[in-house]
This record gives sequence, structure tokens and C-alpha cells, in this order.
Amino acid sequence: MEKYAIKHLQELEAEAIYVIREVAAQFERPVLLFSGGKDSIVMFYLARKAFWPAKVPFPLMHIDTGHNFPETLEFRDNLMNETGAQLVVALVQDTIDKGKVVEEKGYSASRNMLQTVTLLDAIEENKFDAALGGGRRDEEKARAKERFFSHRDEFGQWDPKNQRPELWQIFNGKKNMGEHFRVFPLSNWTEMDVWQYIYLEKIDIPKLYFTHEREVFYRDGSWLATAPFMKLRPNEKAEVRKVRCRTIGDVTNTGVTLSEANTLEDIIQEVAATRTTERGGRADDKRSESAMEDRKREGYF
Amino acid sequence: MEDIATQSAGYLDMELLRFTTAGSVDDGKSTLIGRLLFDSKAIFEDQMEAIERASLSKGEENVNLALLTDGLRSEREQGITIDVAYRYFATPKRKFIIADTPGHIQYTRNMVTGASTANAAIILVDARHGVLEQTRRHAYIASLLQIPHVIVCINKMDLEDYKEEVFEKIVKDFEAISAKLSLIDVRFIPISALNGDNVVDRSVNMGWYQGPTLMYLLEHLPITTDLNFSDQRLPVQYVIRPQSDEYHDYRGYAGRIASGVFKPGDKVKVLPSGLTSTIKSIDTLGESLDKAFAPQSISLTLDDDIDISRGDMIVGEENAPKVAQEITMKICWLSENPMVLGGKYTLRHTTKEIRCIIKDVNYKMDINKLEKIHDDKQISLNEIAEVTVKTTQPVFFDDYKRNRFTGNVVLIDEGTHNTVCAGMIVAE
Repeated sequence: MEKYAIKHLQELEAEAIYVIREVAAQFERPVLLFSGGKDSIVMFYLARKAFWPAKVPFPLMHIDTGHNFPETLEFRDNLMNETGAQLVVALVQDTIDKGKVVEEKGYSASRNMLQTVTLLDAIEENKFDAALGGGRRDEEKARAKERFFSHRDEFGQWDPKNQRPELWQIFNGKKNMGEHFRVFPLSNWTEMDVWQYIYLEKIDIPKLYFTHEREVFYRDGSWLATAPFMKLRPNEKAEVRKVRCRTIGDVTNTGVTLSEANTLEDIIQEVAATRTTERGGRADDKRSESAMEDRKREGYF
Repeated sequence: MEDIATQSAGYLDMELLRFTTAGSVDDGKSTLIGRLLFDSKAIFEDQMEAIERASLSKGEENVNLALLTDGLRSEREQGITIDVAYRYFATPKRKFIIADTPGHIQYTRNMVTGASTANAAIILVDARHGVLEQTRRHAYIASLLQIPHVIVCINKMDLEDYKEEVFEKIVKDFEAISAKLSLIDVRFIPISALNGDNVVDRSVNMGWYQGPTLMYLLEHLPITTDLNFSDQRLPVQYVIRPQSDEYHDYRGYAGRIASGVFKPGDKVKVLPSGLTSTIKSIDTLGESLDKAFAPQSISLTLDDDIDISRGDMIVGEENAPKVAQEITMKICWLSENPMVLGGKYTLRHTTKEIRCIIKDVNYKMDINKLEKIHDDKQISLNEIAEVTVKTTQPVFFDDYKRNRFTGNVVLIDEGTHNTVCAGMIVAE
């Protein structure tokens, strides 16, 4: 008798593709949030797989804090050119210029909190009714309780105590006017799964993920990259080290890792041996024990 | 140390096991999960530091592993779990997803939610208290949802001097309950989550127990045999039409296979039209497959041009599901607004969405006593019953016990849009 069994990555892929197709079927104006990081690259790859040989039937959107690694933007633009995907860019700078938010001051100033406003405005302006994100439940403990289809009220807020139960394979995307959904097809993936999948499917990712020399400085237990908009404290000094990014976010709060990992195999081994979580290097989560939960309630990614 | 190639190959060759844990705070459920995560090295240094800090600030002497799983601020403050939380860990053999659900009576709906996708359920019993009402409730839900494997962990054996009689008594009491249920596979393990006995490592305190540890069982439970590979069922989720020059006439019927195996050349029937055709190809990004099976997400093309849309089902020509407009199902009510007898609800079954009316309550279940109540038709939050519904269009379904995916139904309130009911179709 033939044996039918699929491996864990194939099962996670099948689940994610199912969720992405469900979004295309249940919503009128979905959008895929794209940051240029590995999770959103995998998301876009899965979306292409879900609808092949047709094009992905919704646009991508980048919430651009203006504090990017140049390599990320270059990668993003090349990928859009190669695939012919449609990209919407929403600038945090525009939100600041309109006076809707005030830029943080001081050494650890970040636009991370501000981008929630830009995101919600862009969703409203474009009348998007579902925003697909690359969030994973293993990233953070508040995320561990998030649904695949996460309902947001008119103000974009998440109410963790009033989430819809998700049973079997049925996702309920019904909503009132003005409300929207955040959808997380990678909910059940771990950091390791994402890397293994990139390796298995030979998915192209930005060079930043591999070892390179970069000017960095040490702050609050993490290495950060220097950039024109980053101010060093008097006791901090910039130095060139061999590093790689474990996540790619805003430069102001994405910690880099001292690493020699040069290939996907190296990275997989490094991830397997690492004793801190991926978000361990992210200054935005360290602000308080419930930092992520509080940002999510307000409408963060 | 293994070389990189072998290690990578190992990672790519793992199976996925989803399990749910049922038990109350006092049963040591969070401690058990913390122990599994800790002993399998799924807890990272920064997470460990964070809970050490939190335990200290609460004035606790030992590191409280329960803090790892209690994610939301209100839970940490109250020391309870209020919702389904998902946890992940892996061993060289398998990747695991834990749906951690609280065991209080008011949270039956969360247990049902966690159980709906689980391959296995861990039911915790406190060795000091034995089989309680809540144990009965957990066993009933595992049976109702047809979780393929149930592992009863008799915890806190350390507090009963690791005595075999205590374990044997609880096994006997549990078997008395399961005799009345339709559990598929039940196993018992005596453990101490706090000290780690029989969790990952074999206990030195219970030489009388010859069975496997919990981790060994989780790594070796047969899971591929739990799926249905005999009935071909593909609920059509989305129709792919490229409308490009290269793929001008392409029509791909996309969906996740609910059960069965599909191959090019297979004769199939499309419901509800009843038209038949032959599978031309099974496609995924840039390649074609020679077979596809549950639970894969695929897209297939047919030899004939048939009008097919979302909500239709492609099935084996000689193996069709039942078709009816009146369905009997066991339900768990999930909403604070009680069920309205004679009320109209939106019914979701696979990818189909129609309306239904609740015609009758056949009986309500007292899950603590495991008895049917025939004279009470009022169904409220967390209650379980058997009802009959009438639908506006025919539904194509199988008995839930035969097929979890074509046998389940969800009801949605038309006013609030909330998911209010989980249904398991009875069609034997």
C-alpha cells in the first residue's frame, strides 16, 4: 500500500496557502503588508504559489518609516519588477508632516510607534478590508493568542478578550462597515520553519541576512547599526564588526547579531544553536513586559 | 556533533503533531507545558530571564514555569489562562503545536476550539483528587470532537508518594467514564510535572511503571493513519483564472483536500451539478504533481469545461458524500447570546456559506453526569446538545466521525457576525 504523509513544512505551507486563498475569496480589497523582511518575502512567495498561474489578486503595501537599510529598498524594488506585483508605499514622514503624530526625541527615538497611525490611515484611505501580515505566534506571548483572522474595530483596535473562536478550517471574515481584519497565514510557523522553508524552496532574501561588515554600536544589550538619523550617547562608540540581521525592521530598533553565517545552512545552524529569541534584539519589545500587547491593542501589525 | 547537511536534512524531515492540553490551573498544566518546553530546550535565555524577573518581583521562590504560557496582562495579574494560547517546540523527530486551553467550566468553548484541530489531547488529573467532574467534561469533549489520541497524565504523583495504587485507581475510574464515550485511543501515564518524572525523562521513583514517557508518546503516536485517504473530497475554495495570453482558457479549481487522494486521470463528480469529468492536471507554482492528498492545498484542472464556483465540491465519481437540506448535528454553543430555537443563522460548511433555521433541539447533554436531558430546549454558552437544522440549499457532507473536515459546521450570528456555534454532523 502506498504511504501518504506530508512533512511539517508542507503542512504549514498548505495551511498558509489555504488561509491566503480564503482571504482572496472572503474580502473585497485585501492587501499584503510587505516590509522587505524574510517573513513578508515568504508570505509573498506563498501568495504567488496560491494563485499560480494567475497573478496575486491583491496589492502589497510597505509602511515606510524612512529609516530603512538601503539594501531592503533595493531588494523590494527588484522583486516588484520581476514579479509585476503592485506596490503601495505609505510614508510615516507624511503622517508626521500632516501633524498627526509627533516624532520622538532623544537617543532611543524611534518611529516604530508612529507607524501604527500611518498603517491605519493607509488602510482607511485605500479602503482595504483585510491586511495580510507575516506575524507568527512564536514571536511574542501576546501574539501567541492571536487568531489567523484577527478582527479589528473601526479604530483598528484588537480586543484580545473578545476574539472569535476559530474551529477546524473555518475562518469567519464577516464584519461591519469600517471594520477590517488582520490575517496571519504564518501563525503556526516558528523562526526555524521560516528559515527551513526559505532553504527548501530556494527563496531569494536580502543580503543583510548574511554576514557582512557594518558600522555598529552597543546599546542596552544589543548591537545596533549606525545611520545618519541615529544619535550615539557620549559613552557609545561606533566600530566595524562582522554582523548579520536576524530580523529586518526599522534601523532604529533592529538589533544585529555578531555572526559569520554566510549561507542558509550556516543560518539554520546558528538559529538552532541560538539561545535568545528573534525579538530579543528588538528595543521596541523591551519597553515593558506588555509592550507588544499594548501596541497590538492600538492597531499595530 | 552532526555535520550541517545531516542536521538540515533532519529538520526537513519532521512530522507535525498538534495537541491540546486540558486541565485547570491547579492541575499543574502550565507547569507541564513549561516542563516540555524547558526540557526540549524550546525556552530561550531571554524568555527564561524574563520569567525569572517576573517570579522574583512576585516574591516567588522558584522560577514559575507557568508564567511562560500566560501571555496576556490580565492573565498574569490574575494567574489564570483566559484564552487558547499556542506554543511551539520541536524535537529531532517532530514539530509540536500545543493549543493550551483553560479548564474552567466557562471555557468549554475554548477547549472545543483547541480540540477541533488536534491530533492528540492531554488530559491532566491531579493524583490527590482523582477523576473529577471536569475530567469527565474533558473526556467528553475529546470524544465529541473525535480527537484521535487521548493521553491521561496523572500528575503530582510526588505528592502521593509515587504509589502505584493511586495510579491504578484513577485509571479504573477513567475507564468507567470512557466506556460510555467513543474515544478512539486512550493511554495513561503517571507523572510529576514539577519534578519532571516521566515527562521527558523516565522516573526513578516509579519503577512499577513500564510504559513510555510523555515525550516518547508524543514523538511516536501514529498520526498519518488518522487522516481519511479513502473518500475523495475537494471543497472548491477559489477559481483561478489567469486571463493572460499564455493561460487563456485556464481554469484552476483551488482548495485544500479534505480527504482522499487525487491523481490526473481520475474520474470525478462535481456537486451540486452532478456533472462528471476527468482530472487533467494538479498544479502548484511552476510544476505539476502526479498525486495530491489530504491535507494538501492544490489547484486542479479538468478535461471538460464545467461551471464550478466556490462552495462546490469535487468528489470521487463512485464515492459521493450525503446530500440533504435537513441535518442533525451535535453542537457546542459558543456565544453569550443563547441559541434561538426557530432562529436563522448563517451556516458555514467547508467553503460553502448558506442560511439555516434551527428546527429542533433533540436533547441537551449534561456533560458532568454524561446524561441526556430531553425536556430542556434552552441552549446557552458552553452547552452541548443535538439539534436539527434546515438549510436553504443542499449540503454535501459526511458523518463527523468518518470525516472531520466534511462533517463539521460553524454557525454565525447574522446580526453580530460572531461565530456562535460549532457543529458535528451525525449521519449514520
